[in-house]
This record gives sequence, C-alpha cells and structure tokens, in this order.
Amino acid sequence: MSKTSHKLFDLRAKWLFLFVIILLFSGCKEKQENSVKEPVLKISPDNEGIIVPDGFGVMKVADSLGAPRHIAVNSNGGVYLKLRKPIDGEGIIYLEDQDGDGIADSKKGFADYGGTGIYLDNNYLYASSDEEIFRYKLNAEGEVTDTNSPDTLVTKLVSYRTHATKSFTMDGDGNIYVNIGAYSNACQETDRTLGSPGVMPCAILDSAGGIWQFRSDKFKQSYGEGKRYATGLRNVVGLDWNNQLNKLVVTQHGRDQLNTLYPDLYDTETSAKLPAETMYIINEGDDAGWPYIYYDQFQNKKILSPEYGGDGKKTAGENAIDPITTFPAHMAPNALLFYTGDMFPEEYKNGAFIAFHGSWNRAPEKQKGFLVAFVPFNDGKPSGEWQIFADGFAGIEEVSSPSEANHRPTGLAQGPDGSLYVSDDAGGTLFRIVYNKK
Amino acid sequence: MRKGHLSTYISKHTVAIFLFGLGLIVLLNSCYSSKKEKKPGSETEIQTVSKSLPKAPEAALPPYMADGRKVYRQVCLTCHQANGKGVSGLNPPLTQTDNVLGDKNRLLEIIIKGSEANLKDNTSEYANVMQGYGMLGDKEIANVASYIRNSFGNKAEPITVEEVTSFRSVNKK
Repeated sequence: MSKTSHKLFDLRAKWLFLFVIILLFSGCKEKQENSVKEPVLKISPDNEGIIVPDGFGVMKVADSLGAPRHIAVNSNGGVYLKLRKPIDGEGIIYLEDQDGDGIADSKKGFADYGGTGIYLDNNYLYASSDEEIFRYKLNAEGEVTDTNSPDTLVTKLVSYRTHATKSFTMDGDGNIYVNIGAYSNACQETDRTLGSPGVMPCAILDSAGGIWQFRSDKFKQSYGEGKRYATGLRNVVGLDWNNQLNKLVVTQHGRDQLNTLYPDLYDTETSAKLPAETMYIINEGDDAGWPYIYYDQFQNKKILSPEYGGDGKKTAGENAIDPITTFPAHMAPNALLFYTGDMFPEEYKNGAFIAFHGSWNRAPEKQKGFLVAFVPFNDGKPSGEWQIFADGFAGIEEVSSPSEANHRPTGLAQGPDGSLYVSDDAGGTLFRIVYNKK
Repeated sequence: MRKGHLSTYISKHTVAIFLFGLGLIVLLNSCYSSKKEKKPGSETEIQTVSKSLPKAPEAALPPYMADGRKVYRQVCLTCHQANGKGVSGLNPPLTQTDNVLGDKNRLLEIIIKGSEANLKDNTSEYANVMQGYGMLGDKEIANVASYIRNSFGNKAEPITVEEVTSFRSVNKK
C-alpha cells in the first residue's frame, strides 16, 4: 500500500517537474518572439541539407504541402503553389509570411483540380489542370479573393496518361504559351513496346508534342482558336519568357528506354547517357524534331531515332532546330526561370535556373540530377557551361531509385526581393534560397 | 571355412551390426533431409545457383529467385526499379499491391498482356504504359512472377510453370 502511494507520488512529481520545465521554455519562447520586431530571415543553420555556393543560405518556407509543382510569388511575398493532386479539394495553396522571418505562417487553399502550371501577372493568377487554363482576379494586395469562379481561358486540351501536365508561361503581351506533351515516348505504333515501329508521319503532333499559343483575354479557347506555335517537342515542363530576347525558351524531357526498346543498338550504360536533355530558344513555327530524332550531346548531332530506322549514328532532322545548351540524359528539367532579381551576385543576372527533378531511366546505373542548375547568359545566349547551383535535395549520396530521394526539385519562382523559391513534389517542401553575404 | 568363419562372426554379432546399420541409415537420412530443407530442387540446380551467386544466404533460396531475378533485371528493372518501388507518378510499385500479391491470374495477365490488362484502379495514378511480355516462355514468366512475389519485402506463394501454362491455354485470344 505504502509502496504504491510512493510510486504514485514519484509519478506525480515527475509530471510536475516536466510541466514546470515546459512552462519555463514556452515562457522563454514568447519573450524571444516579442523582443524580435524587425524582419530577420530565419536561415537554416544547416541550409536544410541543401548545398549552395558560398554566401547563399537556404530556409524551409513550409513543408507537408503534398506534391507542389510550379509556383509563383506575388509582390507581397505570398506564394501560390499548384498541387499535382488536390488535398481536401484544394489544388492551389497560398502561403503567407506575416512576420517576415521567411517561414510561412498562414496557409489557404482553393481550386478543386490538380495540375502543374501556375503564373502571376499584375492582375491575375493563372493556373492549369491537365485540360484547361483558368484565371483568377487579383486584388490590390496580389491576392485571389473570389476563389470559386475563375474564367476558363483554354479548354479541352488532350490529356492521356503520358505527359498530361500543361505547363505554361506568358509573354507580357497577352499571349499564353502552353506545353501539350506528347502522349508517347517515341511515337511507336504501340508505346514503349519492343519491336513496335515509329508511326510515319507521327499523328500525335496534330494535337500534342508541341507548344500552343492562346490569348489571355479570350474565353473557352481550344485547338480551333489557338495556334500551334512550335512542334516536335516531346514534353516541355520547364519554360519561361526571356525578356532580353523577347522569346520563349523551353527545356525538353528527352526520350526514354533506348536500351529496353533497342537492346541490340544501345547497352544499359549508353542508354543511361543518351539522349541529352535540351534547352531551345523557340521562334514561331519551329520544329525540334521529336519523334524522328533525338539529340546526342557527345556527337553534337541530331540522330535518327531507332523507331525510324536509326542505328545510333545516322543523322537526320536537317530542318529541326538545335538546342542552345544540353544537359545529361534523363535528369528531367521541370522548371526554367530567367533570373532578373537584384539580390544575387551580378553573374546570375539574366541567367537561367533549371530545377531538375532527377532521373529514373538511368537504371540499372545510379540515378542523377536531384538539383537546381544554373546556366550563365549573356545577351540572351548561354555564355558558359551549365553548373550545379543547389544540390543535395536527394538527402543521400547515391540514389539508385528516385523513391529514395527526400526531395525532388519541381518548380522555381523569384520573390520580390530576388530570393529564389524551389518547390519539391516528393517531400512536399518549399525552399527559399537567399544571398546574404555582406 | 572362411565362409563359415564369416557367417559365425555375423551370427555372433547380429544385434551389433543391425544397430550399426540402423545408426548409419539414420545419420545419412538426417544429413540428406537437412540438405533438402535448405535447397529444394535437383543437385545440379543447386550447383549452378551457388556458382553464379557465391553468397551463402542467396544460395539457400529456391531457384526461381535467381532465375526470376535475371528476367527482372532484363525486362522489369528499368521502370519498376531495383527496389521494386517504381517511380512516383510514372511506374507503379510492385510492393503492397494486389496486382502482385493477390490473385495469381491477375499478375499473370499483367505480365502477359501489359498494363492495358487489368489496371483500371491505377490508370490515373501512373502515366507510363507497360507492354505485354507474352513472348517470354512459361518458365521465365513463372520465375519472374514468383521472384517479384517474394522480393522487396513481398511474401506470397510462388507461381508454377503449370499455372502459367494453364493460364495461357484458358486465356488464348
């Protein structure tokens, strides 16, 4: 009896002790928060595990966001994220940071559809499902107030299982440029099937495999009202308008499975290295050559696809445009952003940031490319090789399968102060990269 | 004379010899059965397995694991990945799914006919199509099906060659 009560007392004492400590700590925290008035960015001491060049810092704006794809930041620093799949009926998330420490402290959601594309101009927020593009009116603070009745600008775009997402950008002159990805790997009669020949001509190109142009002030446009602006692009996820060139620039996801479909022509190692992921400057009417060719970055040539009689050496696509820069195969460039901010050092100005999602089609070789790359630009043209800007998103040294990666970069946006935001659709995190060297 | 000597020797020690023989039989038998427990299948199969895969724990696995793994590496791994977890949004995982662990015929249908076969529940989730692998032999299909049902943390009854053959004869088109 006495022993039990003793124990009970012990337990009570422990709880009391714990309670006092918690009280003590929470008191401390409140005091701290009250004393800090001026907005100081809470840069993570370990940069959230992300490796950035000297002078840069990384913070986690928010996590547990589901699968955020493309992102856009308004003039107040509020961030809109498009989710691949809606969560509780909400496919667009709006994050705000009221106290200016860089960490989001409020979160709102709306739009009951999933998708990838999102874009802001001064008057509207634009967002895409896999078939449509909508626009929402912004108020003076750059916020959407009427979340329930967007205008439908574009509708009835083809959407099958493969490459269904509709990334888009705008030119500031009332035009929208939307990627309609080819619903195929290489336009074989039967997709991704050993021995199935390429369709000649590839019928997919009539309604997909290119960039279509629409107006931002007309409603319910579809193929009849739009224009095929460029063709022969397998799937463009990253695209941005370059204001220096006044031209559209895109990054293409190159074809998969050279080894699994043509084991006699390509071994697994070659297949892991080919073809290049490519960046193109797009002029109206351009053809980038898919599915008839792919770009070999070692031979620096457009090579005839094996589906159309190629052997890894025969060149083709004389009328197809050449890339302005190339990247290693299969790294999946998911976002492109030309940096126009003043925060980063001068060499970054007008250069291109590319969010690479990371590969899967290099297997059985190790996977690559869970990173944000940078390509320096001068007068609208690449002025150097691509370089790794931010790395370590995977969180592990060697990735044999993308399911092992903690984070996969997917979207990029520039904040009003010149910060670079990076979304991650694997870990559901939003990162912010700032330059803070004095 | 010698014969007589031997026969008297045997008759004298009948009980001891009988016991010795019995002991020998029990001993050999126990050796044999412990071997059998470790490695079902013929002696030659065991040798090929242990030659190609020198690691002791793997050599102890049933032959469909090594043979199925070969097929997996050739035709499945690129998409479904070395860990069987697939690729989010593109290629479905082979773990924790009825398509693999459920009814044997469902898995056989997917392997033979491809992803158009029986994946209504998954179409929106995973973008890439899978071709049918009906060109593989019954034994290769049985091996690879049994391998994926018992890899990546999976545990399900293996599929026999006979089951593949009978599935094909019923589902001829």
